Amino acid sequence: MLNTKSIQLKIGATFVSFLFLVMIISLFYLPYEVNYMVVEDRFLPPSLEHPFGTDNFGRDILSRIMQGSQTAFLVGFTAVSIGGIGGTIIGAIAGYVGGWIDEIFMRIMDAMMAFPGILLALMFITVFGSSLTNTTIALGIMSIPGFARIARSGFIQYKQFDFVKAANGMGASHVSIIFTHILPNVLSPIIVAASMSFAGAVLAEAGLSYLGLGVQPPDPSWGRMLNEAQSYITKAPWYTLAPGIFITITVLGFNLLGDGIRELRDPRK
Amino acid sequence: MKSLKPKISFFMLIGLLMLTVVGCSAQGSTNDTSTEKNSDTEDSSSEEMKKKDGGKVVVSVPQDIDYLDPHLSAASGTYEIMYNVFEGLLKPNEQGEVIPAIADDYSISEDGLTYTFILRKDVTFHNGEPVTTDDVKYSMERLMGVDTGKPLAESFTNIESVEASDEKTVVIKLKDVDSSFLTQMTVAILPKGYDKHNEHPIGAGPFKFVEYSPEQKIVLEKNEDYYVEGIPYLDEVEFRIIPDSEAALLSFKAGEIDMYPRIGNERIEELGDEFNYIQGDQNMVQLMTMNHEREPFNDRTVRKAINYTIDVNEIIETAAFGFGTKLGSNMSPAMEKYYQSGLEDTYNVDIKKSKQLLEEGGYPDGFETTISVPSNYQFHVDTAQVIAQQLEQVGIKANIELVEWGVWLDRIYKGRDYDMTIIGLTGKLDPHKVLGRYESTYAANFYNYNNEEYDEIIQQAKKETDDEKRVNLYKEAQEILTNDAVAVYIMDPNFSVAMRSDLAGYKLYPLYVQDMSSIHYVE
Repeated sequence: MLNTKSIQLKIGATFVSFLFLVMIISLFYLPYEVNYMVVEDRFLPPSLEHPFGTDNFGRDILSRIMQGSQTAFLVGFTAVSIGGIGGTIIGAIAGYVGGWIDEIFMRIMDAMMAFPGILLALMFITVFGSSLTNTTIALGIMSIPGFARIARSGFIQYKQFDFVKAANGMGASHVSIIFTHILPNVLSPIIVAASMSFAGAVLAEAGLSYLGLGVQPPDPSWGRMLNEAQSYITKAPWYTLAPGIFITITVLGFNLLGDGIRELRDPRK
Repeated sequence: MKSLKPKISFFMLIGLLMLTVVGCSAQGSTNDTSTEKNSDTEDSSSEEMKKKDGGKVVVSVPQDIDYLDPHLSAASGTYEIMYNVFEGLLKPNEQGEVIPAIADDYSISEDGLTYTFILRKDVTFHNGEPVTTDDVKYSMERLMGVDTGKPLAESFTNIESVEASDEKTVVIKLKDVDSSFLTQMTVAILPKGYDKHNEHPIGAGPFKFVEYSPEQKIVLEKNEDYYVEGIPYLDEVEFRIIPDSEAALLSFKAGEIDMYPRIGNERIEELGDEFNYIQGDQNMVQLMTMNHEREPFNDRTVRKAINYTIDVNEIIETAAFGFGTKLGSNMSPAMEKYYQSGLEDTYNVDIKKSKQLLEEGGYPDGFETTISVPSNYQFHVDTAQVIAQQLEQVGIKANIELVEWGVWLDRIYKGRDYDMTIIGLTGKLDPHKVLGRYESTYAANFYNYNNEEYDEIIQQAKKETDDEKRVNLYKEAQEILTNDAVAVYIMDPNFSVAMRSDLAGYKLYPLYVQDMSSIHYVE
C-alpha cells in the first residue's frame, strides 16, 4: 500500500519539476525568438534544429512551448493564490463565526458555484476585455468557492476541539485562534486542493485561449497553439502533439501530486 | 524504489503517445475507405465524360437560413441556397452582369427614369401557374411596402410606380435616376395570392422547395417545367447545415457530402487527388483599415508608409497558402467590367521609402498601435500576425487584439472605436454597393474616410446613364482609394469548391450563390 501511494507522488513530482525546469530555462534561454517567422521553413517536421518542428508561420514550436510554460505557470500560480487566499479567508470566517454570517457567505459561494466556471470567466472577459490579466483574475475568482468549502468544514471541525476552547479560555484573540491554532491543521487539504486547482486553472486558460480569449497572438499559449494547429492536424501532426502533450503532462502532474500529498498526509495511514 | 521513477514516467509518456496514435489511426482508416470508394467511381467515370441526368447531391453549408421568404431574408447564407428556388426579372451571370430571366427583354428611357420589361410567356411557378404581370406588380409592391407602409428593402423606396401596360409588359418608374437599379431586379418574383412564402415558398427557379428542417437541412427537387431547356440535371439537392468545418470535412471525406463549397484552402492538399476542385476569385476584398479619425492615420503620408511596408505576397503565401489574388483597391478582379487593373503594384514593398515617409509624417522611430481582429476568423488573425511582424521593420509596434465577432460589429464596425482592423468585405453585383462604402455619408464608413472629390464621383456614377462613362467613373474611384492609401488592400482570397470526382458543371459567380442548375454527374 505504502509503495503505490508514494509512486503517485513521485510521478506527479517528476512531471511538475520537469515543467518547472522547462519554465526556469525559458526565462534565460530560448532556442529561437518565439515570434520570429521564417516563411520558407513552414511545417518542418521535428529535426535536430527544431526538435518539435515548426508551425504554419515557420516559428520554432519548442521555443513557443517553452515560452508558453511561463504563461501556464503564471496563470496557475496567480489564479490559485487568489482562489486559495480568498477562499480560505471566507471559509475560515464562515466556519469559525458560524450563524447567519456562515449562511450568507456560503450561500454566496453556492451561487458562484452554480455558474459554470468558464461561463463566469467569459462574462468577466466580455465586460473587462480579453487579456491575460483578466483571464487569470476570472479563473482565480471562480476557484474561491472550492477553497471556501474546504476551509469552512475544517474550521467547523476544529473549533469544537478542546485546544481551541482552551486557547479561547486563556484569552487568545479570534484572529490568533484562526490563524495560529486552527489554520495549520486545515492547511493540508487546502494544499491538496491548490495542487488540483492549479491543474484546473492551466486547463481553463488553455480552454479560453483556445477560444481566442486568453493570451493574445502572436504570443504563445498552449491552448492557442492547439487552436492554430487543428487546421493542420493531418498535414503537421507534430504541431498539435506538442502543446497537447504538455497540457496533459501539466494536468496529470499536478493532479497526481495533489493525490500523493493527500495520501501522504492521511492520518489513517 | 527510487530507480523506478524515471521508468514509470517514461511508461506514462508512452501511454499518452499510444492514446494519440490510436486517435490518429482511427481517423486514418476512415480516410482509406473514402479513398477506395472514390477511386471506384473515378474508374467508371474516366472511361467517358458524358453528362448524366438525374441523381442527388448533398451540399454542405455552414449556416442556418434566416427566412425562407426571399423578401424578408437578409443573410447571404440563405441567398446562396434559395437562389435555386427563385427567379427574378433578371439574373446574374458568371461575369457579374445581369442577364434576362423572367423578363425576356427590357428597355430604359432616355432620362433613365422609366424601365420597361417584356415578360417571357413560358415561365411558370412551381405550382403550375404562369408568371404574369400581376405577380411582378405584387412582388414589387410587396418590397416597396405599398400595403404595409413599411418597405421590405430600402432600395425599393426609389420606385415611383409599377404598372402593367399590357399582358406581357411591366413599366417601372423611378423617382430618381439610379444606374444600379437593374441589379435590384434580380429580386425574386413571387406568386400573387399566396401567403405562405415563409413556410413553403413557391418560386419559378430551377428547383422546387421540398422541406426545411431547422439547423439540419433544406431539400430541393427538380423543377421539370423550368423554362430553360435541358437544365437542371439533378433530381434532388440537399443542403446540409454543418457549422463546424472539421465535421464538414470529415463528412466529405466519408462520402456523406458530395460537394463542399468554401473549403479552407489549407485543407485541399490533405484531401488529395480523388476529388475535383474549382478555384477562383470570390469577389471579396480583404483589407486592413486604418481609422482616419485617429493619430497618426489621419495623415496620408503615414498611411502610405504602412502600405509600402506590408508585403502582400508574403501574406498570400502564409495566410492563404498562395490561394489569393493581390489587390490594390477596393475591387476584386472577379468584377471584370469595373475592375481597374494595375493598381495592385502601386505600393510594392520599399522599406527605405517607408522610413522616409514616416520621417516626413513626424514618426521617424515609428509608433505603437493596435490591430483589432475578429477572433472567429483565423484567416484574419493569421494575417494580423504576419502584418505585425512586417511593421516591426520600420519600428511600428502593432499589438494584436482579438475581439469577439459581436464586439467587432458593435465597437469597431458601428462604433468606429479602433486603430486598425482586418476584415473581408464581401462583393456585390452592384459596384455602387462596393465603392459606396467609402462615401463620407455611408452609415458603415468605419474607416472614417472623408473625401469630397470621391463622394462626388460616386454620386455622379450613380446618376450616369451612359454605361461606359459610368464604368470609367468607378475605375477613377478605385484609383482615388489607392492614391489616398485609404487602407491596406490585401487580397481576394480564392474561393475553393471540392466535389466528388464524378460531379461537374460548377459555375463560379462573383456572388454568394451556389448555382445547382448546371451541376451534373458524368458517366
